[in-house]
Amino acid sequence: MSREDEAAGAWRRLAALTPARIALGRAGSGLPTREVLRFSLAHAQARDAVHTPLDVEAVREGITALGFETLVVASAAPDRATYLRRPDLGRRLDEDSAAALAAAARNPVDLALVVADGLSARAVHEGAVPLLAALAPALAGAGLSLAPVVVATQARVALGDAVGARLEARAVAVLIGERPGLSSPDSLGVYLTFGPRPGRTDAERNCLSNVRAAGLRPDLAAFKLSWLIDRALTRELTGVSLKDESDRLIEGPAERQALGQ
Amino acid sequence: MSYRHVVGPRTFVFADLAELMAKASPPRSGDRLAGLAAESAAEGVAARWCLAEVPLAEILARPLIPYEADDVTRLILDTHDAAAFGRIGHLTVGDFREFLLTAPPETLAAIAPGVTPEIAAAVSKIMRNQDLILVARKARVVTRLRNTIGLPGTMAVRLQPNHPSDDPAGIAAAILDGLAYGCGDACIGINPASDSVQGLAGLLHLLAETIERFAIPTQACVLTHVTTTLEAMNRGVPVDLVFQSIAGTQAANASFGVTLPLLKEAHEAALALERGTVGDNVMYFETGQGSALSADAHHGIDQQTLEARAYAVARAFRPLLVNTVVGFIGPEYLYDGKEIIRAGLEDHFCGKLMGVPLGVDVCYTNHAEADQDDMDTLLTLLGTAGVTYIMGIPGADDVMLNYQSTSFHDQLYLREVTGLKRAPEFAAWLVRMGLTDADGALRPGGGMPLLAGLAA
Repeated sequence: MSREDEAAGAWRRLAALTPARIALGRAGSGLPTREVLRFSLAHAQARDAVHTPLDVEAVREGITALGFETLVVASAAPDRATYLRRPDLGRRLDEDSAAALAAAARNPVDLALVVADGLSARAVHEGAVPLLAALAPALAGAGLSLAPVVVATQARVALGDAVGARLEARAVAVLIGERPGLSSPDSLGVYLTFGPRPGRTDAERNCLSNVRAAGLRPDLAAFKLSWLIDRALTRELTGVSLKDESDRLIEGPAERQALGQ
Repeated sequence: MSYRHVVGPRTFVFADLAELMAKASPPRSGDRLAGLAAESAAEGVAARWCLAEVPLAEILARPLIPYEADDVTRLILDTHDAAAFGRIGHLTVGDFREFLLTAPPETLAAIAPGVTPEIAAAVSKIMRNQDLILVARKARVVTRLRNTIGLPGTMAVRLQPNHPSDDPAGIAAAILDGLAYGCGDACIGINPASDSVQGLAGLLHLLAETIERFAIPTQACVLTHVTTTLEAMNRGVPVDLVFQSIAGTQAANASFGVTLPLLKEAHEAALALERGTVGDNVMYFETGQGSALSADAHHGIDQQTLEARAYAVARAFRPLLVNTVVGFIGPEYLYDGKEIIRAGLEDHFCGKLMGVPLGVDVCYTNHAEADQDDMDTLLTLLGTAGVTYIMGIPGADDVMLNYQSTSFHDQLYLREVTGLKRAPEFAAWLVRMGLTDADGALRPGGGMPLLAGLAA
């Protein structure tokens, strides 16, 4: 084996140790053409994830098929360009949506679920229904009362506070498209907030991130989320004082049972 | 006191210095979000005309945030060097711009302790990009720990080998790749996914052993909260550089969980370890426009002025490295490539004018209207402006923090185009290792000497 082959083999083995873009080779000071194009494609996919509008009807149909009622709302950000510049508008309901939620509110409920486009509609298209499908049996098993699932557009995490307050929910879980990374344009985040009302801070929420087929799998995310919901409703809080200790169960039989394994 | 400027039939009125400075700022989304931006292009230029006529002494005399209300203001005024200010105290902002364009490097160094962040920010607002580049290039700031950073004709690189789950083997692989490209003279610095003291200790030991194994004249850093680093130092973990994110107001720093006394305590603890070989600059700070607004701690001050105030915090602790993470925080603060490029040049200029060793994380997120072409532009401009250091990230893709910055290849490009060299001690090490030739060009062989050293 030549010295060059030896080096190439060593770098291939090193590259297998990390998802980072190492051992790319070079053309002078620049990247090889294939790497320039690979990077461009990944960036294009992430950009498309940010700018593709949420297919509200398809998402709604998928959620309805699981047996949930649904409602559709919009934030006060009228379009994507405004949404990106004005996070404050993405945290508020537009007037029609606020009225529609007030009209839909019945008795107080344990939990409101919000499915929001956030920064990646793709994450919602691909990940929201599988996560809700995995979550539904746990919610039913716990006997929780639910508000209709709210599908929200041009939405930030904190829009869930306004939704949860109007629906008189004890807690709100927001399933939202995360800021896409170059290698993760399809990542869903889940934010759980006890006692939702406008003005809640991120320190008062619990978060599961990187929910996607190649990251935190939907079945495992649903297991963790139902664990957090149970603790949040029991202890009547979320945030920094509620640590996710569901991992302790993961080696145990309960988790395997919960995941149907 | 209000300010006014007449343009034809119209009189523009600005209620106070804060409003004048905000409206004189080149447009950016964060100031609009905060409701501080000029309402028309003409109002913005009227504000610049008006600001150009304001005496520097008046800016010094009218703190934007009251002395009693904010410890950053107290730091700025209590450490102000009146003698250094004496050379510029008679100038207006407009005169000061012209003074800077003509001043030689030694004059810029002499006035630096007299330049407050508000003065630096004010003059930057009436400067074009070329002015920001030209003056920053003359303002050299040299710092030392295990090598010498910031000498004229040099630019350093932070090797940033992040991994989504802090896997030691994955991090080590990225470090080897970066070293093979001649990166790592600013530091080898990891952003950890975990913030536990135990995790921090493991990574710091990994870095210390790597630096020792290859006898690399550089320093290690794990960029975690200062309290975690303090705890690590208490436990005897090898800490070269203390890292902390900082901002330009007391309230924004509080949102980061830091105070000036806490930074002082960490600075003294790191100095006591005496881990430097050629100097004792042991602090590493990161900043970025928009952090104070994001923390709801901006006091109605524009984001670029607040950013410059963060450099006053940094300056007090004689840092080895400071960098502005210019496009990281998102499009609600800097919307597109144009705004990111402008902000990167402003931040670099203000830092250098104040005597701070400013590097720039030339970067963007995927929801900003920017791409790698914009980064190429800003990188090239900063190379011309004499930037202290940039980031070196495998393929420019940070797989832990999910943003794009500059790569090992990008620094090679910049060195080829501009002729910028590495820190001299590190450059000599690369030659000794057989990784580069005497001129600093990479030798063929793809880092074989490192791989051999690893096997040994």
